[in-house]
Amino acid sequence: MVSIKGMWSRRSRGKAETAPAAEADASLAQQLKAPATAVTHLDLDIAPNDPLLAYLQSASGPVEIANLKLDSPALEKLRAGGAVLVLPLVSQGELVGLVNLGPRLSEQDYSLDDRKLLADLAAQAAPAVRVAQLVRQQQIETQARERLEQELRVARVIQQTLLPRELPKPDGWQVAAHWQPAQAVSGDFYDFINLPGGKLAVIVADVTGKGVPAALVMAAARSMLRMAAEQEPEAPGKVLAHVNEMLCGDIPPNMFVTCLYGILDPATGRFVFANAGHNLPAKCATEAVVELRATGMPLGLLPGMEYDEQESNVAPGESVLIYSDGLVEAHNPQGEMFGFPRLRQMACGLGGGSELIERLRGALADFAGAGWEQEDDVTFVTVQRLPPANKVLANFKVASAPDNEREAVEKVAGAVAGLGLPADRLERLKTAVAEATMNAMEHGNNYDPDKPVVIEVRAEPDCVVVAITDQGGEKELPQTEAPDLDAKLAGLQSPRGWGLFLIKSMVDEVRAQTDGPHHTVELTMRLANSADGATSAAGVAAATKGGGR
Amino acid sequence: MTGVPFEAGVRPQSGGAAVIDLRGDINATAEAALNAAYAEAEAAAPHSLVLNFTNVDYINSTGIALIVGVLAKARRGRLPLRVFGLSPHYQEIFQITRLADFMSIYADEASAVAEAAR
Repeated sequence: MVSIKGMWSRRSRGKAETAPAAEADASLAQQLKAPATAVTHLDLDIAPNDPLLAYLQSASGPVEIANLKLDSPALEKLRAGGAVLVLPLVSQGELVGLVNLGPRLSEQDYSLDDRKLLADLAAQAAPAVRVAQLVRQQQIETQARERLEQELRVARVIQQTLLPRELPKPDGWQVAAHWQPAQAVSGDFYDFINLPGGKLAVIVADVTGKGVPAALVMAAARSMLRMAAEQEPEAPGKVLAHVNEMLCGDIPPNMFVTCLYGILDPATGRFVFANAGHNLPAKCATEAVVELRATGMPLGLLPGMEYDEQESNVAPGESVLIYSDGLVEAHNPQGEMFGFPRLRQMACGLGGGSELIERLRGALADFAGAGWEQEDDVTFVTVQRLPPANKVLANFKVASAPDNEREAVEKVAGAVAGLGLPADRLERLKTAVAEATMNAMEHGNNYDPDKPVVIEVRAEPDCVVVAITDQGGEKELPQTEAPDLDAKLAGLQSPRGWGLFLIKSMVDEVRAQTDGPHHTVELTMRLANSADGATSAAGVAAATKGGGR
Repeated sequence: MTGVPFEAGVRPQSGGAAVIDLRGDINATAEAALNAAYAEAEAAAPHSLVLNFTNVDYINSTGIALIVGVLAKARRGRLPLRVFGLSPHYQEIFQITRLADFMSIYADEASAVAEAAR
């Protein structure tokens, strides 16, 4: 049998620098006519500029090489190996192998019949050899690809071990994270570090580029951040400055790391942060999403950088979302970018946590469309301060008698004691409760001792609601005139009539509703002063939605 | 919890002002005592009045109406009215109701009386 080991891979692509090689060995005649005779193996390399190559490629049938006049090292080697007749195997114009025959055992020349037989053999064998070569080549490439994929799978597993195995669970907080590399490995990472005093460092970073080079820098940056966090447990800006110095010496040119480093005090909601060129984190509240600004250069670009430290307070129900640019810079099939405004729209009204992350992932998938090839690594981290559960803090009755509003006020104050209502807001709530209870006892229940006023105090995510119910629901609500002190002093208006005005001025919202025989006034007081200042003037404006006596 | 009964006393000052010391809750039950104290202060023909709220922890809307009544009487009698001892919360209420536009608010008796003596 003939075994053909060599092949002419890549020769057809004409790359001169790749040395094509042909190895063929055989002594076909012996095989055909005298199976008992030994086969001589001949390893043969034919250089691309060897004239034998062109000669064999264009030959039609077996070539007698004894008298062939070519300046060819390969030809010399063939002769030295004892070949007298060379049968080129040509498939689609490409030399894919040689069958080399030594002298016939009978010492006669090869006959015309022999040559015809060999030519027929070559015509049939060449395509088969070519197919075998292609299959073999594909197998080798597949093996190489599988080996690379396997290595990347291992790299990804190793990289995942660099991410937190468990999410931190500070009391009253929910932490959630999502990490979605564009390739097997990623330049994005997030980390949490427990700090002294129950504080928690929250880190999201993004190394330029993606894939293996970014992943290697990521591993180094993560270690540096952990080391610096130990040295500077209180100062995010100093942590980033330290890491910048370390990275500047080590990072390859044209690579850098953006990083948001924040320290959360779960006990108070204080979030102190510094930013090295990363996307601005978003603070998500029920009514608005605001960007938390701090300035600083990316890490690893220039030594000697300083990083601005800022802080924000995260109230119950609010969360901080930190994300890499794979989200906001994702494009849809029309070439539009996802962008921060869309993120703001998505995040508004969603507290945070895994719900927010799922919503953002869904939004990104919908935006990018089916068949989206992820352009960059995508990472989200949210830390959400959980709202207090909506619960009834107190439900009690107060007999309708003069002065009993004081009892109502004291009970409401006791019920809201654990909510952390600032002192000034508590005083306002007490005045509003007193006035609304007086109204209920006097106008709703006519100070009838058999008709108590029912008061319920509820804690809601960011506010407390006091509902005051009397039994005057079927009475027509009297028209109230806005109190005008000038008119009162001039005797043009009764000196009285301050009750509803005070109620509306004191709380953030007043709602009145009638349900059959019952009339209820709901007073809503936010737990914290709003950013624009919950002044009494704002209270009056907000209270215009309310109604009552 | 029940309220603190209201009472009021008058302390004429050498500079011509009369200080009315208010004590307890200013609500509907305070009306008679407050009017009596005002009449007593007015009888001494002071050139101005000073209301001392130091010992007042509760003023409801009826109490505000009574203070409006006192202010109206003082204006009719051309008696300037000054106040001190209001908690920050009631100072805010005096601002909201515009009572503070008609009666100057002082931190303590000394500054209120000194201003009244000018």
